[in-house]
Amino acid sequence: MSPLPTYDSMIPEAGLRAALALDRPRIISEIGASGLKGRGGAGFPTAVKWNFAAAAQADKKFVICNADEGEPGTFKDRVILQEHADLVFEGMTVAGKAVGAHEGILFLRGEYTYLRGHLEAVLAGRRDRNLLGKGILGSGLDFDIRIFMGAGAYICGEETALIEALEGFRGEPRNRPPFPVNTGFLGRPSIVNNVETLAWAACILGRGADWFRSVGTEKSTGRKIFSVSGDCARPGVYEFPMGLTVAELLKEVGGEDAKAAQIGGAAGQCVPAKDFGRSIAFEDIPTGGSIIVLGPHRDMLDVLHNFLEFFVDESCGQCAPCRLGNTKLLEGLEMLRNGTCSMAYLKELCDLGGTMQVASKCGLGQSSPNAFLSVVENFREELMGRIPTHA
Amino acid sequence: MLMTERDRLASEIRSLAAKLGQDRTSLIPILLEVKRKYHTIDSYAMQVIADLLGIHPVEVNSVVSFYAFLGGHRQGKFVIRLCRTISCDMQGKSRVERQLENDLGIRFGETTPDGKFTLEFANCMGMCDQGPALLVNDRIHTRVTPEKVHEILEACRRVFGVHAAETKEVVFK
Ligand SMILES: Cc1cc2nc3c(=O)[nH]c(=O)nc-3n(C[C@H](O)[C@H](O)[C@H](O)COP(=O)(O)O)c2cc1C
Ligand code: SF4
Ligand code: FES
Repeated sequence: MSPLPTYDSMIPEAGLRAALALDRPRIISEIGASGLKGRGGAGFPTAVKWNFAAAAQADKKFVICNADEGEPGTFKDRVILQEHADLVFEGMTVAGKAVGAHEGILFLRGEYTYLRGHLEAVLAGRRDRNLLGKGILGSGLDFDIRIFMGAGAYICGEETALIEALEGFRGEPRNRPPFPVNTGFLGRPSIVNNVETLAWAACILGRGADWFRSVGTEKSTGRKIFSVSGDCARPGVYEFPMGLTVAELLKEVGGEDAKAAQIGGAAGQCVPAKDFGRSIAFEDIPTGGSIIVLGPHRDMLDVLHNFLEFFVDESCGQCAPCRLGNTKLLEGLEMLRNGTCSMAYLKELCDLGGTMQVASKCGLGQSSPNAFLSVVENFREELMGRIPTHA
Repeated sequence: MLMTERDRLASEIRSLAAKLGQDRTSLIPILLEVKRKYHTIDSYAMQVIADLLGIHPVEVNSVVSFYAFLGGHRQGKFVIRLCRTISCDMQGKSRVERQLENDLGIRFGETTPDGKFTLEFANCMGMCDQGPALLVNDRIHTRVTPEKVHEILEACRRVFGVHAAETKEVVFK
């Protein structure tokens, strides 16, 4: 397992101790000064989210850690939970103090059931050391964490679908607004944060905002954990500063000869070799950390086929642009593979993709045509007039 | 189903609800436990759960049918879920798929006639750097090759051996 330099060198509970000594607005302003943005993919500023929930009036509030990690090519949250669970729970506790919540919920995907025993043991250890429970470390803070198991649905990574599942419903995304920070779990203000975001929050409180923003770019501060798989010599989990170029990353992982890199998972974009000078950052190519390296011999249509089957399977089916759109794109892809797609129809498919991006209800439908559109744009010469080989 | 079996199921569900909570937020945790233990969630179980939580059985059914790990259909004691997503696909999941079908004599989506094994696909399970990956119930296997398939199945079959012995002991007591 690849080491994660920052997490490995953290002083345990430094972030929690610092947070216990600060008042709530100071915790949030420290996170704000660090520039931390959500590591789950969308890149929403963490301090802004926490501030909304802190400002909301309610009898109860919740801190929810999103460990549903289902984006194809992503496995860094699993490694963080296996190797650094304490840091994640520390971050949740810091968040609890910051927003005024007493209850934390770790939403763990069903596929990671084998991690549960370890995580429960870490939680029990924290209760024993009074890092969770009543009056944490002699402060006035009461906070505890429980684990909720997902039941196998990629869409539950979307924060409102996740909340639906917690409440005992089908994982169908809600309209937003209202946002979970106001009307979340059981109608109460809730922050939903990615596993990695919460671990960084603990590090930032422990070492200070300046330490965090000393690397990265102006708009994308700090470091990021990447999950690298596909056609490269050294797949695995890596920690890099934000803003590095695709080429730099590929060199580190031994994927220099790649023809493209799928960045951000199936929902992300397919970056062709000519664009490897671009940087991985919220202002250029954003990502939750999934990098799938596509070697010179890969057939882009095979890759797209796999992604579209994924979306057809995982669409919750609630809205038409996504439910029908992904099916149509998949059919169109099969036509391309069989060499029976006209250029006019390919244009229609691209228009459909554009419609899905604006008309779908949630991020799944909005992002599912991305890979299709970027392959059509960048690998056009591979697509048309195929002679089917697999008949 | 025999009356006694039904009673046993109902009392098991009641004690699950006592432990996990008796409101709607406990629905998925209860369903996961029922599925794990009985390998199916039949309409009777749904009715009992609905009554306990004070909701309509249709509500329970709509949740059961939504999630890949629930589902009312009967599954084998060992559910084998092979990752079919991109990185595992590029690392040779198709050959593993074929060998699983060959060794079990069923296709994906089916259960062996003896009720021991079910073959299913799953989407990315977070082992993309070590594919092809598959889950046997909760247990993850990585870098699976067609040759390893036999070993994995044999390990499952040995567990049945142990269970068979346990059942006999109970009978003799
Ligand atoms: C279809 C879909 C799947 C998602 N899956 C995940 C996920 O597995 N993990 C995650 O942290 N965020 C996921 N998200 C993003 C969440 O909705 C949410 O933005 C995130 O958990 C916020 O945390 P962050 O600000 O710390 O990144 C997903 C979003 C969509 C639309
Ligand atoms: S976009 Fe897709 S996943 Fe999202 S609500 Fe619509 S149908 Fe469901
Ligand atoms: S693609 Fe198979 S585990 Fe991720």
